[in-house]
Amino acid sequence: MSWLYDFSILTQSIHESLSANFETGTVALIEMILAGVAFMILFALLGLVLVYAERKVSAFFQQRLGPMRVGFWGTAQTLADVIKLLMKEPLMNKNADKFLFNLAPYIIMIAAFMAMASLPFAKGLQALDFDIGLLYISAVSSLGVVGILLAGWSSDNKYSLIGALRSGAQIISYELSVGLSLLTIVVLTGSLQLSVIVESQANGWWIFKGHIPAVIAFIIFLIASTAETNRGPFDLAEAESELTAGFHTEYSGLKFAFFFLAEFANMFIVSALGATVFLGGWMPFHIGGWEGFNAIMDYIPPIVWFFGKVGFMIFMMMWFRWTFPRLRIDQLLTLEWKYLLPVNLMNILVMAFLVLMGWHF
Amino acid sequence: MEEITQELESKEYFINMGPQHPSTHGVLRLVLSLDGEIIRKVEPHLGFIHRSIEKMCEHDSYQQIVHLTDRMDYLSCHINNEAVCLAVEQALEIEVTDRVKVIRTIVDELNRISSHQLWWGVMGMDLGAITSFLYGFRDRELITDIFEETCGARLTMNYNIPGGLFFDIHPNFQKRTKDFITYFKKKLPEYDTLLSNNVIFTQRTKGVGYLSKEDAISYGVTGPTGRASGFSCDVRKHHPYMAYDRVEFKEILDTEGDCFARYKCRIAEMWESMHIIEQLIDNIPQGDYKVPTKAVIKLPKGEWYQKVETARGEFGVYIISEGQRSPYRLKFRSPGFSNLSALDHMARGCKIADLVAIMSTLDLVIPDIDR
Amino acid sequence: MKSIINYFKEIFSGLKSLVKGMSVTGHYITHPKEIITQQYPENRDTLKMFERFRGEVVLLHDKNNEHKCTGCSACEVACPNGTIEIIPKRIEVDGRKVKAIDQFVYHLQMCTMCGLCIPACPTDAIVMANTFEHAVFDRSKLTKILNKPGSKIMDGIK
Repeated sequence: MSWLYDFSILTQSIHESLSANFETGTVALIEMILAGVAFMILFALLGLVLVYAERKVSAFFQQRLGPMRVGFWGTAQTLADVIKLLMKEPLMNKNADKFLFNLAPYIIMIAAFMAMASLPFAKGLQALDFDIGLLYISAVSSLGVVGILLAGWSSDNKYSLIGALRSGAQIISYELSVGLSLLTIVVLTGSLQLSVIVESQANGWWIFKGHIPAVIAFIIFLIASTAETNRGPFDLAEAESELTAGFHTEYSGLKFAFFFLAEFANMFIVSALGATVFLGGWMPFHIGGWEGFNAIMDYIPPIVWFFGKVGFMIFMMMWFRWTFPRLRIDQLLTLEWKYLLPVNLMNILVMAFLVLMGWHF
Repeated sequence: MEEITQELESKEYFINMGPQHPSTHGVLRLVLSLDGEIIRKVEPHLGFIHRSIEKMCEHDSYQQIVHLTDRMDYLSCHINNEAVCLAVEQALEIEVTDRVKVIRTIVDELNRISSHQLWWGVMGMDLGAITSFLYGFRDRELITDIFEETCGARLTMNYNIPGGLFFDIHPNFQKRTKDFITYFKKKLPEYDTLLSNNVIFTQRTKGVGYLSKEDAISYGVTGPTGRASGFSCDVRKHHPYMAYDRVEFKEILDTEGDCFARYKCRIAEMWESMHIIEQLIDNIPQGDYKVPTKAVIKLPKGEWYQKVETARGEFGVYIISEGQRSPYRLKFRSPGFSNLSALDHMARGCKIADLVAIMSTLDLVIPDIDR
Repeated sequence: MKSIINYFKEIFSGLKSLVKGMSVTGHYITHPKEIITQQYPENRDTLKMFERFRGEVVLLHDKNNEHKCTGCSACEVACPNGTIEIIPKRIEVDGRKVKAIDQFVYHLQMCTMCGLCIPACPTDAIVMANTFEHAVFDRSKLTKILNKPGSKIMDGIK
């Protein structure tokens, strides 16, 4: 079972057995296909689990039980919903721009896949390990905006256009806050590479080692990432009690399922990013100096730590959604430009000062 | 300068907040004329749920009319029933027993609390906090259980009849009501923590939808909506009926006149209602639960008007009788109609999201408006 | 300087109110024993309605298949919207022709469950039962004949 603690053993053995039978070009191709299939399975599983979890969690917040009938305690509910969505008629407006209308959901999915590929799931289990990893993820998740704007524009519906523009403005503004709050931790680590960031938390997570500025940065990151994914109190673009359903009004059937799943995938990606940078990625909870405690914590496999932390962040995002009322669009933008951005900039200065003085752990 | 700005003004476009909409609380069609995101004019189109109740009343006997008023403003149906019963009792010059007066008052106040609980839940849901809907309904279940045990139905109770009550109260009534008061006194501060003190909620409701006192009087806006603008219009204080002259309660007035003031008025009214019930629940006088009337009630010739305070405002019944078993003409003054007429005035210059907040603080029930 | 202090105060008080709101919902998710919904079709055995609940009108029959309805149509007059139709017939009793009930037609689809027919009956023949599962697939099942076939009126009721 030692491969559970260090996946590079598993990947090395697969690579060696493949190289023994094929030449290098084919080996690379087969490995890429394997990685792609693994990610698609992960994406599908994520969709199933997260939708079910959202419904159950929201039900428990509201003192009710949630899906209970389909499958054992309602676990097959998402499957039933997916089958229903697949059976719907894929409608399209007469005047809609056919090519862009069909392309938009795929762009969002592609952006989500590209970002997911570079996340460090466990030790040795990271598909793309760039030395500018953090910058790469930020850049690639911005591609999602293009998908949303295309969806709104090509629907030929003035309400979806309004919704898409609002949503686009919101995402572009909050990307700034997300980037700056991540930058606060980069000041501490000195590197943008995700595996280096995780390794540097071996004696404690950055949210503890960086004390006050890191906690402030974490709070800002939490708020900004719920706004990034159009969730929670920032979902004006797709609110059910406003005029229409936003940029995905005109979509039905499988394409709507893609938008829906892409929202959950985005939630996973920003949670994973937060878990990696602030909460230690796949590193167990170590307190520098307490060897016995650290040994017990090491017993749990890192991949369980990773998914546990991601689960915690996703739970926080769900908690926000089901407690707070919605913000109006001008209040949303006021929050970003007048409150979050100045606080963020001041926070980076404070963190830089702390690093200079050596006042962090 | 004026001409230049007028020429550069963008064209207005019309949006239909159609009859089927999650936040219009019923079938109400609003035609909005928008300029970007700012509202220039709101035009409500009514009549989707008009059931000609006033015409039906011209054929029915007075006991049957009472059951029709259940279905107008279904959230305060005891109070609606009471209006017709009081009008008939006024005409026949019947004096009901003390027991009936006290029980009617207690049941009225319970009805008011349950209507405000539903309003609170729906307000949270309209603004995006969907959990508050479930919490409002959870607390309302206790009151509907009390009603179901005593009156036989949860929503359309038909408990008042001209001359008294349909049945006497169930033996469990007092205990259940006291348990409810103890339970709800602990839960109502939670409502404050979840919504009233929330910074997002206050940002969305403070300063939105201002209605001045003069406008409230001129549009005829009554109920908590009018009282939040400073218009003192509580029928229970100015023209007391039933047991309201012997209980102590405050009339909740506010001067701000915006959405948050209307919200606070209703929450404070819930506290006052509980205070009224507490004063009455332990000393229900003994006596008959109804005064015997003839099987076929015929009012003498004449005209009578009776007004009561429902959860939404002043509800009035005007009966013209020619001495037959049905009235010649019956007219209802519904509070929702006058409240809705002030919507256009309040919503000009606001954004669409604000319109949703204003409509939910107006607390409209469309069957009340359309009758 | 004062405006900077106000700025930070605003941020803090805003965040504090948000966290307090979260604690309310957080309380409910950590106390799953306080769930108030019931699983409906599975709990039919233990479900008990209140006795005064107005479900539908039934004509009481005792064990000899006898009822108390004389066919006087007082309930038909009291009903606001014509839900009850009394179809009488004439039978021989002690040599005289007397009105009796032939069919007590009850249109469940029109009934508003107001309960005005119950006190109108002079012989207390009808009551409101507390059944609530009235949904059917076939509309004709909602027009019910309340008096069972072969039943007759009890002795001594006028």
